[in-house]
Formats: sequence, C-alpha cells, structure tokens
Amino acid sequence: MKNMTFAQAIEDALATAMEKDKRIIIMGEDVHMLRVNLHTRFGKKRVLSTPISESSFVGAAVTAAMAGLRPIVEVMLVDFIGVAMDALLNHAAKIETFSGGKWNVPMVIRTACGGGYGDGGQHEQSLWGWLAHIPGLTVVVPSTPADAGGLMLSSIQLNAPVIFCEHKLLADYWLDYLGAGGRKTVEFNIPQQGARGKVPDQWRPLPIGKAVIRWKGNDITMAGVGVSIHRALKAAEVLKKEKISAEVIDLRTVSPLDKQTLCKSVKKTGKLLVVDEDYQNFGLSGELAAVVLEAGIPVLYSRVCTEDTIPYNRDLEDKALPNTEKILEAALKLLRR
Amino acid sequence: MKPDLWYLYKNMLRSRLFEQSVTQLWNMGKISGEMHMSIGEEAIVAGTVLQLQKGDAMALDHRGTSPMVMRGVDMELLLKEFMGHSEGLCGGNGGHMHLFSKKHLIASSGIVGASGPAAVGFALAAQYLHPGKVALAFFGEGAMNQGMLLEAMNLAVVWNLPLIFICKDSKWAITTISASVTGGKLIERVQSFGIPTEEIDGSDVETVWNAGQKALQRARSGKGSSFIYATCRHPEGHFLGDHLIRITKHPIKEMKKIAGPLLKSATKIRGASLIQRTNSLREVTRLIGKTKKQQSFTGKDPLTIARKKLQSEKKRLHELEDEIKEEINTVVTRTLHSLSHP
Repeated sequence: MKNMTFAQAIEDALATAMEKDKRIIIMGEDVHMLRVNLHTRFGKKRVLSTPISESSFVGAAVTAAMAGLRPIVEVMLVDFIGVAMDALLNHAAKIETFSGGKWNVPMVIRTACGGGYGDGGQHEQSLWGWLAHIPGLTVVVPSTPADAGGLMLSSIQLNAPVIFCEHKLLADYWLDYLGAGGRKTVEFNIPQQGARGKVPDQWRPLPIGKAVIRWKGNDITMAGVGVSIHRALKAAEVLKKEKISAEVIDLRTVSPLDKQTLCKSVKKTGKLLVVDEDYQNFGLSGELAAVVLEAGIPVLYSRVCTEDTIPYNRDLEDKALPNTEKILEAALKLLRR
Repeated sequence: MKPDLWYLYKNMLRSRLFEQSVTQLWNMGKISGEMHMSIGEEAIVAGTVLQLQKGDAMALDHRGTSPMVMRGVDMELLLKEFMGHSEGLCGGNGGHMHLFSKKHLIASSGIVGASGPAAVGFALAAQYLHPGKVALAFFGEGAMNQGMLLEAMNLAVVWNLPLIFICKDSKWAITTISASVTGGKLIERVQSFGIPTEEIDGSDVETVWNAGQKALQRARSGKGSSFIYATCRHPEGHFLGDHLIRITKHPIKEMKKIAGPLLKSATKIRGASLIQRTNSLREVTRLIGKTKKQQSFTGKDPLTIARKKLQSEKKRLHELEDEIKEEINTVVTRTLHSLSHP
C-alpha cells in the first residue's frame, strides 16, 4: 500500500491507463498547466488545451469517442457544465439507445464540484443528482484517494459516458487554485481521511455501482457521497459515544445506484438519513427514499441536503451545506420518532 | 464632448486604490474564494462607463469591481459584499463574481461569455421600453471563443440593438495564451456580422473615450451595435494568487513544488517521444517567461499614462490624489469598523 493525496491518486491512475491505452486523450481549458505532468509525459497530442468553448469541445468529445478515441474531457467546474449541457443531455446520453445499442460513447467528463471555500453559488454546486436524472449518464463521486483512482480507471474503461465528480475539499490543488490562492490566512474544513490516504500498489478498476459500508451499525442508516460521507462519519463517531450505532453507506456512484446495499442496511435499521451536498428537491435524497419504499421496506426517513442557492458568505455557506452538527441533529430527531 | 482627463483620472485612481485595498483584505484572508481584479482595465472602463446615462444597463463578467465603482455603486456596499457581510450590495449572498445592482441595471456573471446574451436582453428592453438608452457588455478575449457571445452578436445585428460590445484583450485566457487556442482575427469575426469595430490601445483613456463616444452615439440614435476591441494588461494575472504570477514572483519556492513530479513525468518510461516531452517542458518555461513580459504593465499602466499628461499641474494633481486616497481610506476604515462593531 502507498499513501497518496486524492489528486495524486487520480493522476496516477490516469497515467497508468494512458500508458496502456493510446486511445485515451485529455482535453479541456488550461490542461497544459492544470495537468502539467501528464502534458509533459504524454505530449500535447494527447493532452489538448482548448479555448473556453465548453459546448463545442464537450460536443466534439462525444463523436470523438464514437469514432474510436477515449476522451477525458475536463469541464473545470461542474457549474460550467450548463454551457455544455446539450452535448450530454441530448447526445452523449442517448447515442447508445438511438443506435439500437450498436454505438456507444466511451468518454469521461472530469469535473470539480462542491463547496466549502467561499466562492459563491455559481462555482460551488454539486449537480450530480441533476446529471444522474438523465438516463444514459453514469455519475461517479469518490470520497477517498483509493476510490478516486480506482473509479477513474473503471470510468475510462466503461463503454458509456461517465461524469467523474471531484470534490474541491478533497482535491488539494483545486482548493489551492480556487480557495486559498497561495494564502495561509484562510481556513477550510478539509476531511483529512478523504484528502490523503492509502492506495493500492497497483491500480485496479473498482466496480461502478457498488456502494461501500464505511461504518457498521444497527440503529440508523446514513447514506450519501463525497465529502458528506466524511461529515456523516464524524457524526457516527459522536453517536457512538451516545451508545447509538449508525451505519454509514458511501454510495460512490450516484448512477447506477447500489440499491441492494442500501436496502439491506435500511431493512436492518429501519431508519434512513440521507446526507447530500447536492440540492435537496428532486434529487439523490428523494431517489433513495423511493428506492427503499419501492422495495417495500418500512422506514423512518429524513435528509440533510443543500436546500437553496449556496450563499457566498462563509458562515451562511457553512449553514447551507450539510455539516456534522446538522447531521447529528437530524439523526437524533429521527431516532426519537 | 471632449474627454475631461482630470475627471477620468480621478475615477481610474479611485477604482485602482479601491482594488488595491481589496487585494490587501484578500491577502489577509478577509475575502474568500477567487478574486479577479479589474486592475489594468481602468481606462477601458472609464472611457465607456463614465459616459453612461441614467437608465443605461451593463452586463459584466467576473471583473466587475471597476465598472461598478465607476458607475457610482457605493464602495462600502461593494467591500461589504466582498467580505460576505449581510449589509453588502447583495446581502453577502453573491460575492465578487456575482454582483447585481437593480438600481443601476447592472448584472454580472462568473460564466465566461454570459455577458453577451445578458447585454442583448438589456438592449432589447431598452429599445422597447426606453428608446435612447443602451447596454454595455464587458468580456475578455477568451470569451470570444464562447458560442453564446457570438450568437449574441448576431442577435444584436438582426434586432438592430443599442449595444456596445467591449472586448478587453489581455492576451491570456486563464493560463492559456489566447492566440494558441484562437483561429483567425477576432476583429474580423465581428466585422463579418456587420458590426462596426474600433481597435484601440486600451491603456489610453482618451482614446477609449473617443471610441466609446462614437459607439454610444450610434446606439442612442438607433443605428445599432458596435464593438470596441481594446488591449490591456493584467498584472495580477487571471486572479489574485494566479499560479503563473506566483511562480514569477517566487520562482525558487514555487518551482520546488512542481519540479519533482514534472521531471519524473519527463523521464518515466512509456509516454510521448523525447522531443514531445522536451517541447512540453519548454512550454512551461515559455509560459512563465511570457507571463513576466505580458502580464506586467511595462509602460502600459493606464493610470501612469493619464497621470503623465496631467503632470504639468503638479499641485492640482497631488491634491486630487490625496483626496482620493483619503476617500478610499475612509471607505475601508468605515467598512472594517462597521464589521467589527455591528
């Protein structure tokens, strides 16, 4: 086992994939600097800098993938995906169906997501639920370095479009780029276990659509992805002191969803608390409730999500995003019901 | 109307000193997130915004501070907004990239190119509701590769809108040299839509004023849109803490951080040919060199240029500068005071 940061793990896994498969190319704004190591090693034919033209280069990646390349497209921040949405919504996601299953789109959108560093509501969204709503898109949200590398590998290998969401509190270079800017005068609540950790000596693809239980328990199930998992783990630690045993499920992929692991846990605990940094309404949190109800499992349900546009003010932002206090409060309330 | 250089310089200086205070507060950690400066764009802003009338609208990009200040938005409200205060311009909800003033008809966006369609909407409303009023769109040359901006230009032509597109060309799109990702000449793109263009040195405020006046007259008299293409420099780079600027300022400290992985990448087995790898490495050093050269003012500071022309009246100049310094000091002191004594 080796130790790596979240960002190093992705880059390392990517390099491993790129050295084996020449069809893999990277494109996006600023990648000659943003991915300077890969640009150096694999050259500018495989690491292509683009103009600020998201609708066009994401659209181009779709057909490049159809024609034999395996593009990894960097959409710097997931918020900017709005500009490129048509390529994903009406094209990437639908080609396989439209072609009668004869043609697929093996591409990865790599994009930074999430808040917690005071950049305002146009740069800190999560949007994985919104993206997962579209049939045909796979949406991956890793929470540890090992998962980030392993899931990047499987995302590249999948013969379908994948949105790979990289949380800015976990990826140190993004946080420095957008949050700190070289300053030592600002502080962030970084989940250390997610930002750095053990990774396998040899990268192997992790199964997409397979959740993992991060904390075993019997009294209440807490489920989510990304940074929210680390907030939930903190809450589970506190609950343990209160003799409450929580189970924390890291879904790892939003779509496809590991219904089995979720249902098994909820069947046991009878209580589901969804922790989701994405918007509350019409998203992942509601979907998890639907999954459990459809399976006929009786459940007490609650959720801690982002309800509104994320405010710029750091204190208001902290209150808007799921945090350990809010999770604890919701968990205790649910347990008392 | 001939430009009043004293008036223009005063406004540019106010904007510059205000943004320098913002820089200090950002460095102190009192402002969060990214902070994109308009430092270097003051002449472009002054030469156009100071000619606006009540009822004119502006669509801004992520460098909204200077246009806001010059349009008369209260600097204390702006500073409080940057600091995320509930008494800020947008109640601390928007932050510096998302500045809005309904009273002044100003909307900003952190999405590159979005000021194009935004200005089209403002201009359409002006044409319909308040003939004679206009809309400005500010954006960088990087935005000229964004489809929505080009679509906006087409709309402005087919609807004959009272709109002035103002392209501030710093030669850099984040840390990409714009020319390396741009085909053809930007000005010719715009001309092909049938929009009259003016290519100017954006560091000379009088030149900008004259171009602005022409474009505004055309728009107000119902003759349609114009495009002002003005050069500028961004000595702070893309935003405060810009990585390339950091490297040029502290080469040893910053290169130490990236050199290890970079050399490893250059020598690892399997990958591109040696020539390609050397080219990639050369690209990094080329960018650092270009940053040093192109992002610094070196004779192109709009304030220095304007100031030189006013130097014959030394006493008046110093009085004006003292007055503005005092004004900014008061803004900062009052803001910090009200934040510590709510």
